[in-house]
Formats: sequence, structure tokens, C-alpha cells
Amino acid sequence: MSEHHHKETFVTKYLFTQDHKMISKQFLVTGMFMGIIGVFMSMLFRMQIAWPEKSFSIIEAFLGPHQTDGVMNPDIYLALVTIHGTIMVFFVLTAGLSGTFSNLLIPLQIGARDMASGFLNMVSYWLFFLSSIIMVISLFVEAGPASSGWTVYPPLSALPQAIPGSGAGMTLWLVSMAIFIASSLIGSLNYIVTVLNLRTKGMTMTRMPLTIWAFFITAIIGVVSFPVLLSAALLLVFDRSFGTSFYLSDIFISGEVLHYQGGSPVLYEHLFWFLGHPEVYIVLLPALGITSEIISTHSRKPIFGYRAMIGSIMAIAFLSTIVWGHHMFVSGMNPFLGSVFTFTTLLIAIPSAVKAFNYVTTLWKGNLQLNPAMLFSIGLVSTFVTGGLTGLVLGDSALDINIHDTYFVVAHFHLVMGVSAIFGMYAGVYHWFPKMYGRMMNKTLGYWHFWITIICAYGVFWPMHFIGLAGLPRRYYSNTNFPMFDDLLEINVVITIFALVGGLAQIIFIANFFISMYRGQKATQNPWNSNTLEWTTPVEHVHGNWPGKLPEVHRWAYDYSKRVDPKDDDSDYLHGQDFVLQTTPLLEGEDPS
Amino acid sequence: MLALFYIFIAVAIGVSFWQITRIMNFRGIIATDDDNKKQGTYAIYFMVFLYAMMIYCLIFMNVIMLPESASFEGEHDDNLFNITFWLIGIVQFFMQFLIFYFTFKYRGKKGQKAKFYSDSHKLEAIWTITPAVVLVLLIGYGLWQWNNIMDLSNSEDPVVIEVYSQQFRWDARYAGDDNTLGFGNVNFIKGINTMGVDMSDKNSADDKQVTELYLPKGRKVHFKFRSQDVLHSAYMPHFRAQMNCVPGMVTEFGFTPKYTTDEMRQNPEVIEKTNGINKIRKAKGEDPYVFDYLLLCNKICGASHYNMQMKITVVEQDEYDKWIAEQPTLSSVIK
Repeated sequence: MSEHHHKETFVTKYLFTQDHKMISKQFLVTGMFMGIIGVFMSMLFRMQIAWPEKSFSIIEAFLGPHQTDGVMNPDIYLALVTIHGTIMVFFVLTAGLSGTFSNLLIPLQIGARDMASGFLNMVSYWLFFLSSIIMVISLFVEAGPASSGWTVYPPLSALPQAIPGSGAGMTLWLVSMAIFIASSLIGSLNYIVTVLNLRTKGMTMTRMPLTIWAFFITAIIGVVSFPVLLSAALLLVFDRSFGTSFYLSDIFISGEVLHYQGGSPVLYEHLFWFLGHPEVYIVLLPALGITSEIISTHSRKPIFGYRAMIGSIMAIAFLSTIVWGHHMFVSGMNPFLGSVFTFTTLLIAIPSAVKAFNYVTTLWKGNLQLNPAMLFSIGLVSTFVTGGLTGLVLGDSALDINIHDTYFVVAHFHLVMGVSAIFGMYAGVYHWFPKMYGRMMNKTLGYWHFWITIICAYGVFWPMHFIGLAGLPRRYYSNTNFPMFDDLLEINVVITIFALVGGLAQIIFIANFFISMYRGQKATQNPWNSNTLEWTTPVEHVHGNWPGKLPEVHRWAYDYSKRVDPKDDDSDYLHGQDFVLQTTPLLEGEDPS
Repeated sequence: MLALFYIFIAVAIGVSFWQITRIMNFRGIIATDDDNKKQGTYAIYFMVFLYAMMIYCLIFMNVIMLPESASFEGEHDDNLFNITFWLIGIVQFFMQFLIFYFTFKYRGKKGQKAKFYSDSHKLEAIWTITPAVVLVLLIGYGLWQWNNIMDLSNSEDPVVIEVYSQQFRWDARYAGDDNTLGFGNVNFIKGINTMGVDMSDKNSADDKQVTELYLPKGRKVHFKFRSQDVLHSAYMPHFRAQMNCVPGMVTEFGFTPKYTTDEMRQNPEVIEKTNGINKIRKAKGEDPYVFDYLLLCNKICGASHYNMQMKITVVEQDEYDKWIAEQPTLSSVIK
């Protein structure tokens, strides 16, 4: 690679870099920045829910024109909820999670010098950066940012008369999302091409680590579903700006009948959820892939059921594209469709159950190294199970009728995709930080971070199921107009306290992250004694990843604790240690497993 | 007071910063056996915390739950919900136990070797087929019930009511003696005709517009929903009923009220919940709360989304007849 090596300036090394390792760091830091905004917003609106009439100077300071005497206005409450959802789902858990780890790990774990197209990879990041900037700018629009929920259902999102946030704020939201989708598509195509074409010698598809499988399938889901959201957004732009009637019909507002005829908001719901549901898996699958890798490495055991894991990822991916209607059971669509979507939705429980059981079996009789990365992965399995199980209630159309859009839903999806995916992201950061920055993160702070976060996550979302079952609708600015909800206030206060503590605890992580970047202990080449290829690269990053020839792969990624006699657990390790790099050739007569 | 608060915050930040830098100086970075032991034990503590919280919520939050279904159709919803909830509850307790107990039990120790165990077709078959079988039963019951609720075609002599939504209020229109609603469209909205009823339609004349719902006990109510501006959702939690109101189309839902409002007020679950609420209200010096059925908006619809409700009163048939007779017909109001 030396002939390619040219002098790097600050601009080519840190800004317009085409090196996948640097781009992954750019995604991570941008995602973290957006995450801080998103979490901070949730803390503000949780305060409003718990103490609806109380004045807070922090609200006065941050919400400026959108508050009166330290109490936020109803419009900005809805805006905060909307932007919190948008930022967390797209900017943190899609770009921040998938963008970071797909970029870092795909070339490193399949043995490639870089992504298939370094240039497109760079474009992908900068489009993401641009869309983040636009989303942040939209917060400062005079009438407030988009406020019609992260799903931005028309007509509410189409008519500024209906809510002030649907003016310039909504326009910026749509522009930002369109750019975001372009970024995501370019990234995904790059990931797919790289995985298919640039695997090193010996790296067959069935020898790839599960992380790569997850990123690969995620990218495919993204390519299939994101364009549909783009078309939904474009049609919404037409309705808003050019007078078409794709989603709007028979509307009387502010004392006049509007000209729209023949459209239907249900069409938008279909288009939106055709992305919206796969999006859940775009967020979750990379986290599950990361967890598979980390649980196996830190258990010193092969992942249980490698092929079943791949099969379940594929099954989930396939099913995820034919279940979107379960968000629309009470939308007024044909009840027969409801039956079909109930059926396909509940089927997802099967591959999900397979994954959960396989994780638990991987833990069984392991030699668990309880590093922070491992704890976050175990935490992920726990929240994934808790949140996934309530999906059986919501996915059943007959039951969904009564809890649709209540806090039960909020609790469910936060646990199963929010907390789980964020745990996967944290696990990934703790595990691959040495690969990214050549230094180790602090373990003690990692432990503090984990235990406070998981306690707070359950403290927030477990009781939330019950206020949902009490019939409390989500997105209510205040519940004081309903005496029947008076007895829920206490619970809401408890939830808010957990949310505030949990939110503030993330400072521990951020401090650990940035201090370790400069002052952390220098990493060794393979600190976790892992099998995968990324740990065969030098600690100091080089362009092209491996200084000499590309490594050759001889085995799958999970030969941990392989024995001389496979039936005897007390026999010696076959290779003298409890891990075998993928580059180690098979011994004579060794079962390739 | 506020200054004190800020000083406290500043001190807290200072202390945590000092602590963090102190911790950062510990150079141990990979878990040792000692760490594994500690963290494994914490996993058990956490499991105890999780179980305690789960059980506490299950027992003590029972009182805040919605009371039993006030519609006949909702009985099966409650049944199905209970079955599902027991099922997932058992799986939840079992799985969380395995996760955190294994974390403790198999924590890394010196000299401990992990078992090389990568595959078992038998185990995988078990945990693919078991959920599949259980799901078939759940799906079967769920779909049967769904068709039950959503099929409005064969109800005899239903009460036909149009529920009409706008930012931020509900109105309703009873179909009158002919039990057929007159045509409605936003283009007919004018002055007192706030629901946009086409008065040239012969079915409109006997329709009755009201601001509160009265429903007869034991008779199927056939709701038709309309919205004039944005999406709303008519949510009647006590009846296990919900349907979106979509501008440009008419959506439908139906149920049969099982208990009158008065009967529901005597329901032990309702009494317990009401007492709890009134204790809180009394402490705040507010008027006592009396149970009523409600229709709430459950789809984000704008600034006052949180205050969009309509009272529902369920009465016996004769009382309903008396009430509906007192309501003026549209033709007598809209000239």
C-alpha cells in the first residue's frame, strides 16, 4: 500500500477523509452529539409530565419564546416529543449506530483495505452531517420545529393552520430527512457491495462474524425500505407546497374549506410504516449483531447456533417488510388486512425467540469476562426479552385496539428498540474503542455507567406499561384535565426521576469516552483475545488496514475454547489457548465446525 | 434558595469531575476475576431489584388499571389479554432468571474453562416449534376475536351514531327514527350546521346533533367516525374501543354496552380506583371525582390534543328513549 500513501493534511485526515475508520469515528461523534440533544429533550418533556404546572428556570433558559414563566407551552411539548423521536431513531440509532459500526467493522472484519467506494462513504457522512445541521437549525425556527409526532402524519403535518410547527419547521424536517435518506442509501449500497465483493481469501459468507451478517442484512432492509419513505416525504412536500391532494381530502379548517379532494392520510400511513417498521430492525439488528460477537468473545464460547442466528436475522428481515400494518389496526383500513398483519407480526416472535434462547445458551457454561461491553450486551438481551414479549400484546389486533397509542406502546418500543439498541451501541463502543482510538476505556466508570443506566431504564419503562394499561394516551401535554388519571401522577413523578438520573448518568460515559481518547491506557493489539480479523491489524491505524498482504482466513469466527477432545470438557485447548484467530490454519484432522 | 441550588449543582459537578479523574487514574482496564465476582454478584442484586419491581407493579398497580370491560365484545379482549399476559409474564420471569443467574453462575474464574458448545439441532427445534405452537393458539383466538369485533354487518337494530371530530372537540349525531344518517361533507358546513350535514338528503331531517353520548345498555351501538381537519382517534378505553377519525373517509366501530354508568359506579374495581383518586384530590383540595365513561382523543392532533374529551353515559333502554326524544331534530334546528 505504500505507493498509495501520500502526505495527509488536517483536512484530508480528519474532515474529508475517505478512510473508513475515520468516517466511523465521525459518525459516532456526530451521533453522540445528536444523542445528547435527543436525551436532553426527553428530560425536559418528562419534567412537564411529572410537574405540569411547576416553573423551572432550566425550561425558561432553553425554551425561550416557547414557555411562559418557566412552564413550557403545549406546542413546544409536542415539538420536543417529535424531535426527540426523530433524532433518536434516525440520527442516533440509525446513523450513529449502524453508520459507526458498519463503517468500522465491515472492512476490518472481512479483511478489506477499505470500503468499496471511499468517496461515496465520505459523501454519505457529509450528507448525514448536513441533515443533522438542518435538523438542529429547525429547532430555532420562530414558530417552532416540526410538532406532529415523529411519524408526521398528515393532515397535521401538512397544514400550518393546524399546528404552528407544520410551517417552516416541518419544511426543514422534510429537507433534513430527504438528505438523511440519501446518506443512508449511499452508505447501505456501499456496505452491501463491500461485503459481497471485498471479502479476503477464505472469508466465505458462512465464515463471516455475525456482526457483518447483521450489518449486511440491515443494509439490504435499508435499501428496500428507505426509498419508500423518501417518496412519502416527497408527496408530502407536493401536498404542502404545490397544492396536490395525495394525502388530503375534505378539510375544513380555520373557517374555510380547503381545495384538497380525493387523497387519504391512510396512504401516507402505509408508505410511512413501510419504512417505519423495517426501521425498527434497521436499528435493532446491528445491535443484535454486535451483541452476538461480544457475548461470544467475552463468554469465551462459540456463539450458539451460528446458522440459526443467520437464519433468524434473515427471517426477521423478510418478515419486517410485511408487518407494517400492525401500526394501523385502528387507522380505518380494511379489517381483513388487520388479520393478515396480525398473523405476520406474531410470526416475528419465532426468530426473535430463537435469538434470545441462543444468547442465553451461549452464556450457559461459559467463562464470562464481565467487562462493561459484556454487561451492556447482557443488558441488551434482558431488555430485548422484556420489550419483545409485550409485542405479543400489541401485535394482536384485537388487543391493540385498547392500548394503541397509549403509554404501553411507548414502554414497549423504548425497551425493545430504544434501550436495546442503545445498549448494543454502548457495548460496541466499549468493545471496539481500543480499535478506534488505540486506547482503552476506563472499566470502573463503565461499570457505574452500566448499572445506573439499566436500573434507570427499567425504572422508567417498566411502570410505564401500567399507566398505559390504565388507558393514558401518549403525547398528552398534561393529564390534569382528566380526573380519572389523577392516580397516575405519582407514578409519572417516579418515572421522571429515573429518567433524569438515567439521562445525567450518560455524562459518565461521555466523560469516559473523551478522557480515554487522550489519557486512556494504550491498548494492546488484541485486548479481548478475540478471533476476528480486526484484531490482527496494528494498533496505530494505517491506511489500507494491514501493512503487508491481506490476511487469509481459514476458519469461522467463533473457535473459542476449542478442545483436543470435543466431548471432554476437561481436555486441553486444541491450540493451547482459549481463542483461535481466524487466520490460523486448521490443524491436521481438526473439525472445522 | 435558587442560589443555594446552583451552588449545590456546582459542587456536585466539581465532586464528580474530581471523582472521575481519580477513577481514570486506575489503570485496570480488563475485567479480572475479582471484577467478574463483583459484577456477577451485582447481576444477582439487580435480578432481585427487577423481580421486586415487577412484582410490586403487578400487585400494587392493579388498582389503577381500567376496570373490567364495559362492553360485551370487550369480554374476550380481557380474556385474551389475561392469557397473553400470564404467558409473557411466565416467560419473562423465567428468561430474566436465566440471563442474570447465568451471568453470576458462569462468571469468569481462574482455571475455569468454557464449554465448547456450538450447535444442537434438537434444542433449536424445541425453541422454534414451542413458540410456533403457542403462537398459533394466540393468533387463532386473536383473529377470531378481531373478526368478532370488526364485523358489524349482522347486528340487529343497532343504534347508529356518527362521532364527529375537529380541533379540539367532539360532537355526535344520532341517526333518528329512520336509523340512517344523512350524508355529511365539509362543504355543507355553514353557521349552525357545524357537522356539514347535507340537509337536502331525506335521511338528514330526523338526525339529532348532540355534544354528549347517551347509549342504551344491551343494544349494539354502530359508530361512524368523521373528522373535518386532521386525524383524531376516538378512544373509549372502558369499552375496549378505538378507531381513528380520518378526514375524507368514514370509519366504523361497534360495541354493545354491558353496564350502565350507575352500575359501573358500583363495580368494586371502580370504587377502589375512585377512592384512590379522591384521596389524592382531597389532599389537593379539589372536588371529588365521580366515575364516568369517557371518549378521549388518542391521535396527536395539535396543541389541545390533551384536552379533547366527551362524556359517555350508558342508561337503560327506557331512559335512553326518553332522552333521545328530548333532543331536537336537525330539521327543527337548521332551517
